[in-house]
Amino acid sequence: MKEKKKSDMIISAVLLAALFVVVAVLDKRLSATGIAMTVLKKGCIYSLVAVSMNLLNGFTGLFSLGQAGFMLIGGYTYAILTIPVEARNSVYQYFDGGIVQFALPFWVGIIAAGCVAALIAWLIGLPVLRLKSDYLAIATLGFAEIIRAFFQWDKLGVLTNGSNMLRKYPSFQSLMFPFVVAVICIAAIVLLINSSYGRAFMAIRDDEVAAEAMGINLAHHKRMSFCISSFFAGIGGALLAMYQTTIQASAFKSNMTYEILLIVVIGGLGSITGSVVATFLFYACSEWWLRFLDSELMIGAFKVPLLRSGFRKVVFSVIIMLIVLFARKGLMGDKEFSVAGIREFFSKRKKKEAGS
Amino acid sequence: MSENILRVENVTMQFGGVVAVNNLSLDINKGEIVALIGPNGAGKTTAFNVVTGVYEPTNGRVSFKGKTIVENHPQGKMKKLYHGENAGVYTHVVSPTPDKITKLGIARTFQNIRLFGKMTVFENVLIARHMRSKANFMSATLRLNHAEEAANREAAMKYLKLVGLEDLQLEKASSLPYGKQRRLEIARALATEPELLLLDEPAAGMNPQETVELAHFIRDVKNQLDLSVFVIEHHMDLVMEISDRIYVLDFGKLIATGTPEEIQNDPHVIEAYLGVGDEDA
Repeated sequence: MKEKKKSDMIISAVLLAALFVVVAVLDKRLSATGIAMTVLKKGCIYSLVAVSMNLLNGFTGLFSLGQAGFMLIGGYTYAILTIPVEARNSVYQYFDGGIVQFALPFWVGIIAAGCVAALIAWLIGLPVLRLKSDYLAIATLGFAEIIRAFFQWDKLGVLTNGSNMLRKYPSFQSLMFPFVVAVICIAAIVLLINSSYGRAFMAIRDDEVAAEAMGINLAHHKRMSFCISSFFAGIGGALLAMYQTTIQASAFKSNMTYEILLIVVIGGLGSITGSVVATFLFYACSEWWLRFLDSELMIGAFKVPLLRSGFRKVVFSVIIMLIVLFARKGLMGDKEFSVAGIREFFSKRKKKEAGS
Repeated sequence: MSENILRVENVTMQFGGVVAVNNLSLDINKGEIVALIGPNGAGKTTAFNVVTGVYEPTNGRVSFKGKTIVENHPQGKMKKLYHGENAGVYTHVVSPTPDKITKLGIARTFQNIRLFGKMTVFENVLIARHMRSKANFMSATLRLNHAEEAANREAAMKYLKLVGLEDLQLEKASSLPYGKQRRLEIARALATEPELLLLDEPAAGMNPQETVELAHFIRDVKNQLDLSVFVIEHHMDLVMEISDRIYVLDFGKLIATGTPEEIQNDPHVIEAYLGVGDEDA
């Protein structure tokens, strides 16, 4: 059993290395502004956010809808801390260059983005985590909306540039960068989930009363999960800000949270790989594969009916409804896509064939 | 007389105007198996919930190994509503959450089984070890706690073997048959390394054969692990077989206490269980 585990680890490592090579090749081959590149970059960024949301909603059983708020905090923290000093006057043109007059290296900015998001999550968590299920969802949703309004507030303009956008901070061009950050962060989340603390989170999800009777401090562990999830949502926000090269608070609407929630549910609550796969599928469909539905199409003299601008969204909604109706557990349920899982699948099939 | 491990003093639990437990006092000594019996709705599980911190009692005190772990007196709205006894006796408020009480060394099982259904049998027991591990989440994530994790796994396995479920360790907890789920719940409670084990109707839904086995099992475990056991039960065979002493609760009030023989012949108990007999019939 131990040897099998070791060989599984080696295979996983090889696969991951192969993925790195693929990403490096794609980076060279694909045009930097092409649609495929957009989907891949967005996929990397949002899969990190989706996994962080899954940690909270799927593994700890806390139904929170604050993810867009924490992404906003992360994105803004990153932008505010990393805009070069010489660019500040032009960015903060209505606020005399703002009050922050230093610039940190980009990697410090990214870590700071996560830390600030986690700190604010800790503060919000004090009152909010006493609530359960739907009430928690409403409270966190409200918090995200408040944060959005707060960052657009004129009086805070010296820090946040009011409702104007922040720009000119360091960003990335390659696909490798968001890929590497996402891999590191998701690996950290996976390690956490498979640790003693991850099991405690799942115990809370399955039965709070029993978890408490097992000596698990509910308040402490819920807060921990909330802060860690927000930390990674903050990093996701920073990546998003880098990808967009500009950031504006008004873009972080609750729609964004719903989109991420949708991804998590489609992928399967409680499945990390499900979230990742679902993210790439979601953005590939919504930005690329279903695009043709938006443009009129002529086949000879026949004009295909229904195809016009906006029809894509109709089809997309129907697909989502079908998933919710017929695959309620999502693509992966609470299973993971792993080397061991694949091997087991095949060995079971072999046994079946041998038996029949 | 051996040393006292759990002492419940004048505990009253009132929900709104309803008194669920009325002025309950009882003692459990080290190494004893004590049973709490009574008709349905007598307040047995409520008494358990007070001891384990799930409910905050309205009045009274619970102490464990001589240390107060729960104490309360009527406050606020309850001051007017309270119609129990000993209203002015207790002045402190000690109300820990259940996890703190588990940490002190009181573990429990539940009347309606509460396993972590989506997890494996082994993980269910392993969870109980989390409380005593010292690693913080950083070192646990980075796997710096190898030794501790290995020790926890070994201990979890030990308790699984103790209840005879080691062959089923990789099954999902919810897929086990009922009797084995009960055993798993006991294993999980034992894995928290308690000194006092609280069993809430461990034989519910078991046939007579299984009940006998359970009785042996409880006694074996108690002797092996040097426990004290406090058990709520309906099966009289089990209670009479294993208990050193029995407390009888009816409508929240203690109506009798004594050895199994004394309880069997106590007229109050017979009345509570069988209703008032018609002497002339």
